[in-house]
Amino acid sequence: MTFADPDRRSGIQDGYLALVARRRLYGGLTLLIFVLLMSSGFVIADGRNAGGFWSGLSQLGDFPAGVISEAWQKRTQLPAHMLTYFPALLETINIAAVSTLLGALFGLVLSLLSTRGLALWPRLTPLFRRIMDIMRAVPEIVIALVLIFVMGGGPVPAMIAIAFHTSGALGKLFSEVSENADLKPVEGLSSVGANWSQRMLLGVLPQVAPNYLSYALLRFEINIRASAILGFVGAGGIGYELKNAMSWGQGKFDEAAAIFLLLFGTIVVFDQLSSIVRNRLTKGAAL
Amino acid sequence: MTVADLGLLQASATRHVQRKKIATLAVPAVILLYLTYIFFAFELPGLAGRARLDNAAILLSDAVSYKTHVTRDSRSGDIEVAIEGERKGTYPGGMRPDWMTTDGNTTIIDLGGEEVVTLLPDNAFTLSLPGYPLIEASLVNGRVTSNQPGDAPDWISQSGTRLGITTPHGRVTLTRTKTEVFHYQPGWELFFFTLDSPYFGHGPLALAFGPQLDANRSNLTGVWQDFWSNRMWRHSDVVWAIGETILMAFLGTFGAAMIALPLAFLAARNFTPLRIVRFGFRRVFDFVRGVDALIWTIMLSRAFGPGPLTGALAILVTDTGSFGKIFSEALENVDDKQIEGIASTGASTVQRYRFGVIPQVTPVLLSQALYFLESNTRSATIIGAITGGGIGLLLTQAMQTQKDWEEVTYYIILIVLMVMVMDTISGWLRRKLIKGE
Repeated sequence: MTFADPDRRSGIQDGYLALVARRRLYGGLTLLIFVLLMSSGFVIADGRNAGGFWSGLSQLGDFPAGVISEAWQKRTQLPAHMLTYFPALLETINIAAVSTLLGALFGLVLSLLSTRGLALWPRLTPLFRRIMDIMRAVPEIVIALVLIFVMGGGPVPAMIAIAFHTSGALGKLFSEVSENADLKPVEGLSSVGANWSQRMLLGVLPQVAPNYLSYALLRFEINIRASAILGFVGAGGIGYELKNAMSWGQGKFDEAAAIFLLLFGTIVVFDQLSSIVRNRLTKGAAL
Repeated sequence: MTVADLGLLQASATRHVQRKKIATLAVPAVILLYLTYIFFAFELPGLAGRARLDNAAILLSDAVSYKTHVTRDSRSGDIEVAIEGERKGTYPGGMRPDWMTTDGNTTIIDLGGEEVVTLLPDNAFTLSLPGYPLIEASLVNGRVTSNQPGDAPDWISQSGTRLGITTPHGRVTLTRTKTEVFHYQPGWELFFFTLDSPYFGHGPLALAFGPQLDANRSNLTGVWQDFWSNRMWRHSDVVWAIGETILMAFLGTFGAAMIALPLAFLAARNFTPLRIVRFGFRRVFDFVRGVDALIWTIMLSRAFGPGPLTGALAILVTDTGSFGKIFSEALENVDDKQIEGIASTGASTVQRYRFGVIPQVTPVLLSQALYFLESNTRSATIIGAITGGGIGLLLTQAMQTQKDWEEVTYYIILIVLMVMVMDTISGWLRRKLIKGE
């Protein structure tokens, strides 16, 4: 290398500067496209909305103010309302818990069947992966609405809908974890004649259980929100009560406020609880 | 190590194993107990009674087939043929499906499977079924009469005002005002063109290479125009609705990321030494996340009305909280050495952030934003169902009418495809932008 050679040096410099210029050009173009997409998207969304953005912005505070003032006027009734809606809240939490549980169990089986090195039928791993992709892609509302038509309203359609989606979502995360599992215990077990389920139960699960549990808890947080929102489209629980209170409008805003508070409290409490447990799980400390 | 030590060690090991044994039994037992509780709390034993299996059968058969109504008015004798009984699916005068032949005053309808309905003058009809004697019925002085005995099989229901016959391939009903025949066929009828289009009933090859069917426009433009404005399937509305849903997810996700980034600096330990500011912003993020998309959606739709903008704003507000939390954690993990290096060259504060911090966090930020875009495409479907925008609205509307199950199926397929396409695009972008492949 002859860096002392001025021609050579200026050649390198020019090349570098050209590279930087091109990078900046690409970066600038990407940014420009992004800004154009965002602003034109905003204009289109604003145009297709019933109320405009700027007129809506000034009314933003009206609804919360109405709810808060009514709730404040009838503040003595709030605890009673909360007690009334507690069973509905319990149903929402139960929907989330069962669907997480069932989803985790199905996801566990699917993930083990679709992980290289662990699968019972290695040739079928792509098939199980596809199945998980499709299960993940189906939004909960689609299954919930169809099942409500068949089974009538209530917690079961929401439970099945969320469990279906959860199996796919957790299955993918689980299989990413178990791909990194150490295969030596599995080999050891197979050398003493253990069958597939024994190998998985005794060789793989103890290694991956903390990570699985932490993902399942994260999913539980998400599922509480999902089950509340599905209740709003008719699948029971606190969301359904909220919808009824809201469609009544003024006069039942105190009940809506009680439900808001219950929902908010539940989400915050479970978020905090699960984040504490997850921290301990991933850092290996005892529970 | 003394013998006593060994004894202690053994005792603790035994206890440990004992605890594990109990746990392996207790965990499934607790799960089972909980599921038993749920079994009764969700009233599963009564579910079999409440479930409408006939609804499920309608849904499944209607999703892959369609029915054509042939209706004869008892007073005027006029016969109208309409797909799904809808006005927009009515056959124009003179146009008849090929399973229907008119000969003078009689009309013969072939239901398939050797089931033939013959509509005779004076509001009479006959129905011939394989392996069953010919059914004859007519309207005499305003009363429905037939040759069926009182103890006819249960697929025939009759009273003085109404006769209903459900066969494997169709249904015939005679009432005082009309005779109605349902003819079932597999497939999604009128998916490409409605009956009033000149292109109806022509194959793709004939349309591409055949003669010009409409004097005013070329086949290609005509095909596109009639397909796009198909009133039965509303392709243009559906495409717009999917566009709205994706738009909600896009605007919401990236809007939230753009708002959350500067706020995240204020919530990160190494950029905001003031504890009170940090604490304040973190609580704001927690609050916004805790309120949840459902409540934000309700609140915002009160102010902005139904539409995609409301959905986009609901996603934006909720995700600002999530992004704020994730971004501030990413910012707390940046390497100080790079910032020091930039600072040693005499860079200003803005330059230090631009060249020392942003390049370190960009991969995390981008990959998180793209992950959220994926899951928000699904959320936008459900938020659209609540606020009234996008494909979620079309889906709930089609569900509520409880008859257009082929449209429901169509929307479900489109939603799943949309989510999968968005997953693929965001996965591709992640690989491209972050790993630089």
